[in-house]
Amino acid sequence: MSSVDPVSATLDAPAPSAAAPPGTSRPAAPRIVPRRRTGQWASAVAVLALLVPAAVSVVRNDAFQWDVVADYFLTDAVLRGLGLTLWLTVLVMALGFALGTLLATMRLSANPVLRGVSWGYVWLFRSMPVLVQLLFWFNIGALYPTILGVRTVDLLDPVAIAVIGLTLHEAAYAAEVVRGGILSVEKGQLEAAQSLGLGAWRRLRRIVLPQAMRAIVPPAGNMLIGTLKGTSIVSVIAVQDLLYSVQLVYHRTYQVIPLLLVATLWYVVVTSVLSAGQYLVERHYARGAAGAR
Amino acid sequence: MSTPSAMVEARGIHKSFGSLDVLKGVDLDVRAGEVTVVLGPSGSGKSTLLRTLNHLEKVDSGSVRVNGELVGYRRSGNKLYELRERDILKQRTKIGFVFQNFHLFPHLTVLENLVEAPVAALRRPKKDAVAGARALLDRVGLADKADAYPRTLSGGQQQRVAIARALALEPELLLFDEPTSALDPELVGEVLDVIKDLAHRGTTMIVVTHEIGFAREVADTVVFMDGGRIVEQGPPGQVLDHPRHERTKSFLSKVL
Repeated sequence: MSSVDPVSATLDAPAPSAAAPPGTSRPAAPRIVPRRRTGQWASAVAVLALLVPAAVSVVRNDAFQWDVVADYFLTDAVLRGLGLTLWLTVLVMALGFALGTLLATMRLSANPVLRGVSWGYVWLFRSMPVLVQLLFWFNIGALYPTILGVRTVDLLDPVAIAVIGLTLHEAAYAAEVVRGGILSVEKGQLEAAQSLGLGAWRRLRRIVLPQAMRAIVPPAGNMLIGTLKGTSIVSVIAVQDLLYSVQLVYHRTYQVIPLLLVATLWYVVVTSVLSAGQYLVERHYARGAAGAR
Repeated sequence: MSTPSAMVEARGIHKSFGSLDVLKGVDLDVRAGEVTVVLGPSGSGKSTLLRTLNHLEKVDSGSVRVNGELVGYRRSGNKLYELRERDILKQRTKIGFVFQNFHLFPHLTVLENLVEAPVAALRRPKKDAVAGARALLDRVGLADKADAYPRTLSGGQQQRVAIARALALEPELLLFDEPTSALDPELVGEVLDVIKDLAHRGTTMIVVTHEIGFAREVADTVVFMDGGRIVEQGPPGQVLDHPRHERTKSFLSKVL
């Protein structure tokens, strides 16, 4: 090994005949032989040996009832459930991040009361399981039978309760994600904006948040995908999302596995689309950054 | 009470960070159209002094007037009340600040960096701001970089953009906080050339720097600071060549 000079080897290698005058006897550059990676081969074979039989059994086991999966995949009931799941996801994500951004700016403000309230909110709503919170809102009528003269049960249908419960939960996590993003922006950026006379709102919206987005987008993408699947929890309060829709079918037909597969496949499809979207958004916010463009 | 020709009047500026007294009673006068260069060892308080002049740093006591107007405060009786942020921001648009590390906005193009403040802070029409920005870029020799992102530029180019960004607000006073200290040695000259050009146009400037040659060539007044106080000040020929104080002498002997 030590006798091979890597620099001269690469320099000489491409053109021993062209560069060297004919007849002169420069020694041929030694050929480079990569190290054998026996362990890689062995581990690959071992993994495939486990995976292939599992895949074969999934395809060949009739109990999966792939034909039933195909039958129900595009039925109206399933698509309506999917629609509600997507709508819930988008709404909860948007409201959650709006509230989360507000909480993050409160937490970073100079006002000790706002800081304390924001901290308390995040502490409370991160402590409470989202399922417990949904059940609590579902029974809010026991605490406040009427709100502004309207019966609570008339005011808050299960979908509204789902939106409220999931949003309050989402906002607590979004607040921490946004706060982390804002803290990642160099302090000098704020000073430069201040010395140019930019107002607080303009500084936040135009200077700080766009730069914070680089640190916010990856965890936010994670949260979006988590929220998509997390909305399935609303099936416990009889909101007809994707999961509840297939449950309604299999309670009737007892085809539990294929209908759960229908729901699973849809979650996989949407998650894949969202992951691709995250890549595009990340690229957008990387503009001007080192390594971009 | 104030000499009419002084554009900047700092009186009795005190500032401490925790138990550390950074400024221990600084008086500074700068006349309109003059270049004042502030020299001094690290930790002498020169950058902090500069930052108090546009209220980036709040003073513990003392006052700063620019063109006769108190910066950051309103006087009533024998008290100074801090202004609303809106009013402070308005004052800052008249005082340009150039940072050691440029602090350009990395997610905006060079042109957008220059257009941002005139549009947002002075409510200038976007078209006028763009035209003004292009003229300024031309002046600092970077007309062809308008659509580039800051990080694709050299340090010297970035600092020239930062100077143009400060000029876009047409300030009455320009403050430079060690504008060449973060640059590779071969890039210092291009930035100093831009500052010299401003000096020749009669721009009022206060420049904190370690560039003695620049001070000698451009400064009307050289201020030497040490330990949070101004030790001596005067024309460059006097302070740089015939310093009266031991601390000035020993500082100059180390850097010259």
